[in-house]
Amino acid sequence: MTKRLFVKGNEAVAMGAIEAGCRYYFGYPITPQSDIPEYLSRELPGVGGDFIQAESEIASINMLLGASACGARAMTSSSSPGISLKQEGISYMAGSELPGVIVNICRSGPGLGGIDASQADYFQAVKGGGHGGYHIIVLAPHSVQEMYDLTMLAFDLSDRYRVPAMILADSVIGQMKEALVPHSYAAPADLPAKDWKVTGKGGRQEQRVVKSLYLGDGELEAHNWRLHARYAQLKAREVRFEAAGTSGADLLVTAYGSTARIAKTAIRMAREEGLKVGLLRPISLFPFPAGAFLDATAATKKVLCFELNAGQMVEDVRLSVARDAEVFFYGRPPGAGSLPTPEEFLEQIRKHCKD
Amino acid sequence: MQKVFDRPVSLKDVQTHFCPGCQHGTIHRLVADAMDSLGVQQRTIGVASVGCSVFLYGYFDVDVVEAPHGRAPAVATGVKRVHKDKIVFTYQGDGDLAAIGTSEIIHAANRGEKLTVIFVNNTTYGMTGGQMAPTTLPAQRTTTSPRGRDVAVDGYPIRMAEVLAALEGTAYSVRVSVNSPKNIIQAGKVIRRAFELQTQGVGLSFVEVLSACPTNWGMDPLKANERVASEMIPYFPLGCFKDITAA
Repeated sequence: MTKRLFVKGNEAVAMGAIEAGCRYYFGYPITPQSDIPEYLSRELPGVGGDFIQAESEIASINMLLGASACGARAMTSSSSPGISLKQEGISYMAGSELPGVIVNICRSGPGLGGIDASQADYFQAVKGGGHGGYHIIVLAPHSVQEMYDLTMLAFDLSDRYRVPAMILADSVIGQMKEALVPHSYAAPADLPAKDWKVTGKGGRQEQRVVKSLYLGDGELEAHNWRLHARYAQLKAREVRFEAAGTSGADLLVTAYGSTARIAKTAIRMAREEGLKVGLLRPISLFPFPAGAFLDATAATKKVLCFELNAGQMVEDVRLSVARDAEVFFYGRPPGAGSLPTPEEFLEQIRKHCKD
Repeated sequence: MQKVFDRPVSLKDVQTHFCPGCQHGTIHRLVADAMDSLGVQQRTIGVASVGCSVFLYGYFDVDVVEAPHGRAPAVATGVKRVHKDKIVFTYQGDGDLAAIGTSEIIHAANRGEKLTVIFVNNTTYGMTGGQMAPTTLPAQRTTTSPRGRDVAVDGYPIRMAEVLAALEGTAYSVRVSVNSPKNIIQAGKVIRRAFELQTQGVGLSFVEVLSACPTNWGMDPLKANERVASEMIPYFPLGCFKDITAA
């Protein structure tokens, strides 16, 4: 019988990371993600790894930069205000073409905000976040199982493209417990060798330098075009989404992460009433499943986007749908304890199905 | 005929980009000599910081990781945790280490990271054009202290070698200068010792090097060296502030 565990989403991230070969973790406590450093401080030494509780989020992302430059699988995690502090290092990692996994278990803001769930960091995650015009890979799990699976995937994608990867979840997904079926990890056979990693020359003729500074004529522009070509490859090859009941639907509902769970319940209730509602759940937020929206809206001309913010992903949805499709938004900026209910979403679904 | 002087193998055969009279070249030479004499070039990883010294990889023939401004001790921590058997050093200026990166150096030292830190103190921000540094001396004029540093407004110059000596994780904290042949010879010995201590894994070894910035000080190189002796050394005394291996 397959082993099933009853664990928290945050623990699933940590378990997935260790299974995927992550041996270095650098972080700083912040609610609602502290289960991740707690788990790894307990478990990493036993598998020959290192855990460092850094003096700040800034230090921890730069420790990640150093460990990644050595070719190791390494991770940091934080929550919204801490991720803001990490943006400097994330930009440097993007500029230095370094892999590495960053987990953001979002809380509500801006500023100190609160510890309840929020999706208000979408822009920060998918539009760059730090300075200089770059992207990172952003994956949005909506279950404890996906916290485990997508963390493994984040390491693989990050290594393959030499682009940092973020797990973007919130306190609902991070703090809830549900069944997890753990499984063993096997690295894809075609992952490129890390022939750029610093090791000390060790007799090698050429020195290796990990850097983001390019001062020669045209060097920086060429470097930036190279990075952007990689983002184009990600868009072409690494889009991930869940679609259900999209063909023949009168209304296409879209949501990711915790909101998608609420939307799924609302959609089930709507279908019981005979409404034809499809679901398109982005799993990769960067690259965004633009093609899936275009395909789905060839027939279904109405899209309803649910988010736990005042409207962020909806902008990417609008950019992705067919020219004559209408996009509606329903969301709420985060506030203490004010998660939307399935009934609230159902009301919106009814409204747009009838219009 | 016996050859008595040569380029260290740890240094590349390249032209310098530093200003006339700048002492980064001298300090680079001392660091390279230390690597050569300990035979560690092939297993050394440098961490470059932001400022005039960022082009570390253009001079040292070792693997290098470039760090954001002030973060070299954190980056070096990540490097050393992966490569525990390698020699890892940072090379940082005073703005980098004593202002924006104070937190990173204090905590790397306090954790006792097995790193060697070369801290070049020339009392100014060189690369950005001579602004006030945390080490700028009282009354020293810079582009952001045009009337001279007023300690009542700007605070006091920080003596980092003494600050770090107070931390448990620091194994070695020494201040040297490269303003005279005698001091250069002494600095070379100290830098070598700082690398040697890393091979023994006793904790963080820290060398503050008083250095001239003739361009931003508006002096010729000789006058700049005189200033190091007459103004800097009295405020930043040379000497060993901590050596946990000393009897």
